[in-house]
Amino acid sequence: MAFIEVRDIHKSFATNGSTRHVLRDVSLDVEHGEFVSIVGAMGTGKSTLLSLLAGLTMPDQGTIVIGGEPVRGVHAHAAFVFQNYSLLPWFTALENVRLAVDAAFPDLPREEQRARARDALGKVGLGNAVNRRPRQLSGGMRQRVAIARAVATEPQVLFLDDPFGALDALTRETLQQDLAALGSQSGRPVTTVMITNSVEEAILLSDRIVPIVPGPPATLGTPIPVELPRPRSVAQLAHDEQATHVRAHVVATLTASPGRLRKPAAGPSASSPVLHEVAKETP
Amino acid sequence: MAKRVVNFFLPLCGIALAVGIWWAASRMVPDLPSPVRTWEESKLYILEPLTKRGETDQGILLLAYYSLVRVAQGFLLGIAIATPIGFLLGVSPMLTKMFDPILQVLRPISPLAWLPLGLVLFQKSEPAALFAIAVCSMWPTVINTMLGVRAIPQDYWNVARVLRLSRMTTFTKIIVPATLPYMFTGYRLSLGIAWLVIVASEMLTGTPGVGGFLWQEYNSLVYAHILLAIITIGVVGFALDRLMGMAEAKLRAV
Repeated sequence: MAFIEVRDIHKSFATNGSTRHVLRDVSLDVEHGEFVSIVGAMGTGKSTLLSLLAGLTMPDQGTIVIGGEPVRGVHAHAAFVFQNYSLLPWFTALENVRLAVDAAFPDLPREEQRARARDALGKVGLGNAVNRRPRQLSGGMRQRVAIARAVATEPQVLFLDDPFGALDALTRETLQQDLAALGSQSGRPVTTVMITNSVEEAILLSDRIVPIVPGPPATLGTPIPVELPRPRSVAQLAHDEQATHVRAHVVATLTASPGRLRKPAAGPSASSPVLHEVAKETP
Repeated sequence: MAKRVVNFFLPLCGIALAVGIWWAASRMVPDLPSPVRTWEESKLYILEPLTKRGETDQGILLLAYYSLVRVAQGFLLGIAIATPIGFLLGVSPMLTKMFDPILQVLRPISPLAWLPLGLVLFQKSEPAALFAIAVCSMWPTVINTMLGVRAIPQDYWNVARVLRLSRMTTFTKIIVPATLPYMFTGYRLSLGIAWLVIVASEMLTGTPGVGGFLWQEYNSLVYAHILLAIITIGVVGFALDRLMGMAEAKLRAV
């Protein structure tokens, strides 16, 4: 039995009397300790899917089971990293992380809570910036704090909502490498679901990639395993044969989607937004 | 340098112009004291601002102090009631629906209307004045706190949910800090209203203070002192607003 089991999820939103179907027939298995990336263009319902997995919203139909328990609300041992960091501006980096640690381990002595928060910030390379407020940190540093906040709670599941989407290309790359390193360092790998619009990012970090077949309503394509040795580096992936193969496979799935065939594009410029999105990310 | 001169000089010009109009008006209306006469008759109060000569015959700062103490009490009472109400209304759309009509009806009621009710309720003028100040100055704080809570970005609520914060922690670590700037805007407006109300309530109850002094001097036909009281009320109100503004700016800078 997979650690995360998603079965036949449907999700729609009612807006001004009309119903917008965002997701249909979404099923997904994530094994214990696996890193799965869900790749798709913007506005394809990726974030909705992650919110469903994280228990922030409820599906119209279907079931989600994590660790044998059906999801009803936010999972006790899950952590979430948002695209826009979502740090609290009135707290320092340390206080932001401590908020999570205190909530996750309320019975620990204060000293221990503080030490864990400091430790987590040290791991993401912010040991010297613990007393700075988010405003005094760069975008990359803020996202590091957000990652520290997530890993400090020692979660069983980690949900990453396009965690590097708001960062510039260079910062993006170093942070991706650091996250990959963080994952391989820790003794037990954390089951992770990440959504992203970058195929490269997905190849760098994942065990398996699940392309989104755009809708609306969107659904999931066939998962593609990434069987590359770790640690991986961006430079190495650019020329690696298997990476090239995976890349081609993902792009092919994204562009040859039934959703696209069913709904022909309006003009030449909008002919393949997904391919366009992918092409932009591919060096 | 030139800018500083202008910044200093232009307000002075404005004040001179206003005093000029006052002087011209005093030439036309015989009962209105001229600026010079006002100064002559008020000198004692301004130059010996802390001297107590009688129950209402006191230095202007002393009178202002009495009023300020009363304002502080009424204002603190008002915001102590208004802030929790604002939080409750901000968090619960149901409560908002329930109490919004009452809020809208109570808000525009003049202090002069509340004061007699206070006198009926409390029998004495002092608590009645506090009641009127509290009730009148509550509303901006209620409304701003409510709006502040509603303006909390969804991101922060998500953080609270994802971290599984308790209600209490969510309140103290997220709702209150996120609402604080709005709350202070409310406090600032509330204090302004409290200062407006104090004058009216002192006039009606005849308690010592700037407003009481104003009314008494009107009854004793010392019109120059009316002007003195008016100017004092304005200056003190301005100072209060500036102080609150500074506190607010400090808060926003965090």
